[in-house]
Amino acid sequence: MTETLADPPEVVGIRNVLRARWKALPFWYRVGISIGLELLIAILLFLLDHSLGYAFATVAALYWVHRLPRLPWRLAGQLVIITIFLVFGVTSLAAALAIAFAVFWIPERYRTWALPLVAVALAVLYPFYQPKMFTIPVFGVWPDIATGVVMLVFIMMAVGLNIVVGYAGLLDLGYVAFYAMGAYTAAWFSSLQFANKNFHFGAVGITPDLPGIHVTIWLLLPLAGVVTALAGIIIGLPTLRLRGDYLAIVTLGFGEILPQIARNGDNFFGTGFNLTNGPNGITPLDSLGFGNRISDATGGFLPANYLQCCNAKVLGHQIQSTDVFFWTAIVLLLFTVFCSLRLQYSRLGRAWIAIREDETAAAAMGVPLMRTKTWAYATGAFFGGVAGAYYASFKSATFPGDFFFNISVFILCMVILGGMGNIWGVIVGAGFLAYLDREGLANTGAWVNANIHVGHWHPNLDVPLYASGIYGLIILVVMLFRPEGLIPSKRVAAEMHEGVHDEPLYDVAHGAEGA
Amino acid sequence: MSATDTNDNILVATGIRKEFGGLVAVNNVDFTVPRGKVISLIGPNGAGKTTFFNMLTGVYKPTAGTVLLLGEDVTGKPPHAITARGIGRTFQNIRLFQNMTALENVLVGMHTRMKANLFNSILRTPGVKREEKAARDRALELLEYTGLKRKWQTTAKNLPYGDQRRLEVARALATEPQLLLLDEPTAGMNPQESAEFTSFVGHVRDERGLTVLMIEHDMRVVMGVSDRVSVLDYGEKIAEGTPREVQQHERVIEAYLGKAAVEDMKRQGLS
Repeated sequence: MTETLADPPEVVGIRNVLRARWKALPFWYRVGISIGLELLIAILLFLLDHSLGYAFATVAALYWVHRLPRLPWRLAGQLVIITIFLVFGVTSLAAALAIAFAVFWIPERYRTWALPLVAVALAVLYPFYQPKMFTIPVFGVWPDIATGVVMLVFIMMAVGLNIVVGYAGLLDLGYVAFYAMGAYTAAWFSSLQFANKNFHFGAVGITPDLPGIHVTIWLLLPLAGVVTALAGIIIGLPTLRLRGDYLAIVTLGFGEILPQIARNGDNFFGTGFNLTNGPNGITPLDSLGFGNRISDATGGFLPANYLQCCNAKVLGHQIQSTDVFFWTAIVLLLFTVFCSLRLQYSRLGRAWIAIREDETAAAAMGVPLMRTKTWAYATGAFFGGVAGAYYASFKSATFPGDFFFNISVFILCMVILGGMGNIWGVIVGAGFLAYLDREGLANTGAWVNANIHVGHWHPNLDVPLYASGIYGLIILVVMLFRPEGLIPSKRVAAEMHEGVHDEPLYDVAHGAEGA
Repeated sequence: MSATDTNDNILVATGIRKEFGGLVAVNNVDFTVPRGKVISLIGPNGAGKTTFFNMLTGVYKPTAGTVLLLGEDVTGKPPHAITARGIGRTFQNIRLFQNMTALENVLVGMHTRMKANLFNSILRTPGVKREEKAARDRALELLEYTGLKRKWQTTAKNLPYGDQRRLEVARALATEPQLLLLDEPTAGMNPQESAEFTSFVGHVRDERGLTVLMIEHDMRVVMGVSDRVSVLDYGEKIAEGTPREVQQHERVIEAYLGKAAVEDMKRQGLS
């Protein structure tokens, strides 16, 4: 079969072979085959679910209209599609159009800023229009707000991990340890865990004589971040001397150790000191809130207590406490993204990328390897800790069972799926996987069970049961066809296809001293 | 051995030895680099030249011996610390950051000369902005000096071979070195490129007041620009002197051409 290829040695990999054969076909054949296939798929989808077929056909049509060589033709095509939409008025067409418009018609120059701005606006307004949203084909209803909070927390962790894995190229398989550190830090200082102490500072929703340490969450979030970053430095100093696989294995070990400490910490090292309350975890945690004084000062804009929020009705929408948690999570995520972007284009960010590309050369150009890697590790840990603390407060609980190895891998999958090193890719990948985990798979399962039947056979699948297998399959497909992820950074894409120059040139003995 | 007055010498290496397991790659080499000169290190393949370089720059730790840089003992210091103290280097097989642009490569070279840290980078304080701008201007200036200004946005791997060599030099110059180490800088260049490079090295010495130590195989380059030549063979320094002296040194000819050749020459009265 391969002798049909023009130049076999240059074509490697399934994807490239397929592409080369496809390119060898005459242009109109390709167009014909594409449209034919799309029609076929649209008809098949239509038979399954009407809106699914419409949506696919619309996106396909928009794509071909966009490819038309002249502007008037393009406009005419758009007009036709919009007319069809107006006549048939299927709601899912609206979303398909909106997405297609956003992707195709914003000029390249503005796309970098327009899309994030639109995304932030859509996210902030989400609680208002979520109940009115149409049903997505296959995936069912749009995720509810509580799921949105979890998605945002996971996106934040993925963006943090991206600093370690995507920027500095350090494979960290124990990121969940930082998540756990953050969660427990928040729990210690805002619960009844240390009931023999009695310390209150700005916490809301509790009586003043309640035992235990109760500190306001707005101090705990940065505190959790700092504690976790320090833990990152302590863990990093001995481990970051290692390269590649070795580092991965050691971080994996730390990821396993911390949940075990949490699990067995109700009798800390046999001293009888109850640090973590063992397998029962710490619950409940204090509510979030700004307290009455700040709330009154801002005219009730900042709620005094999230859990008793809110009596306000905005745009016909009764604001609920999950909405406020959701908006707070957006603010935290924006902060993470902001820091991440600022760092990417700084002296430190360049040093990280240099280390990823060629450690030896980076060291020879004056980049201190240990210090720079440790900063990456600590920064990643900081955001992991903040995310963990926020999530614990949102759930009002933290259990050792939340911090297993599979979470580390799950977050790593988000980074890989989205595209290492590219923050927008990581956000998309993390959001999608977190959604699948929370709601998507269950909804998909329900749809499959309701709609697919062969003769008299109806499947009765519990799809979330196969979650790990499905994520594995997704990662496998991504690695085969798009190893750089869905929305990669240009640099990482190039590295993935050509490999990096990373022959170690160090003495083993020396590497241990280069601090 | 020449005078080891530290005021005149940028680098003084004494009794440098490196063993890899049972193999002695560099054996008891004394070496000085006087300020403001171009010194060449030559020798047959496997003579231990690059190993010696790697010990000077901290990539390898010498088994024995000391390296004094500007009078300070830097033996066994990590590479970044030695770079910060004033040695810039290039690599035998080009080691640019392949997927970074030419400008970014040079900016990485300025790492030790910049101060921005994690916190003020996030805040992007006026000081950081100013520093970034200054670094960028200086990087562009260095690219202009090495003749790469028009290609500042090009990804390193897309540059032609000769330009990659130049970019490595620009990146090394960005570390603001006192001593520039070039490891076979003209390897793979054609004669014209080599000649251009030779005069470039001369310019670097004369205009920037830099001291250059280079490993080189191309004798036209070595003879053209060197103030002094040292010869390594089997890890030992066998000769040192002006290009002309070294050229006629018996042990050097022996090392390159074999004993028989020396005897042959003697018989013919050429030596």
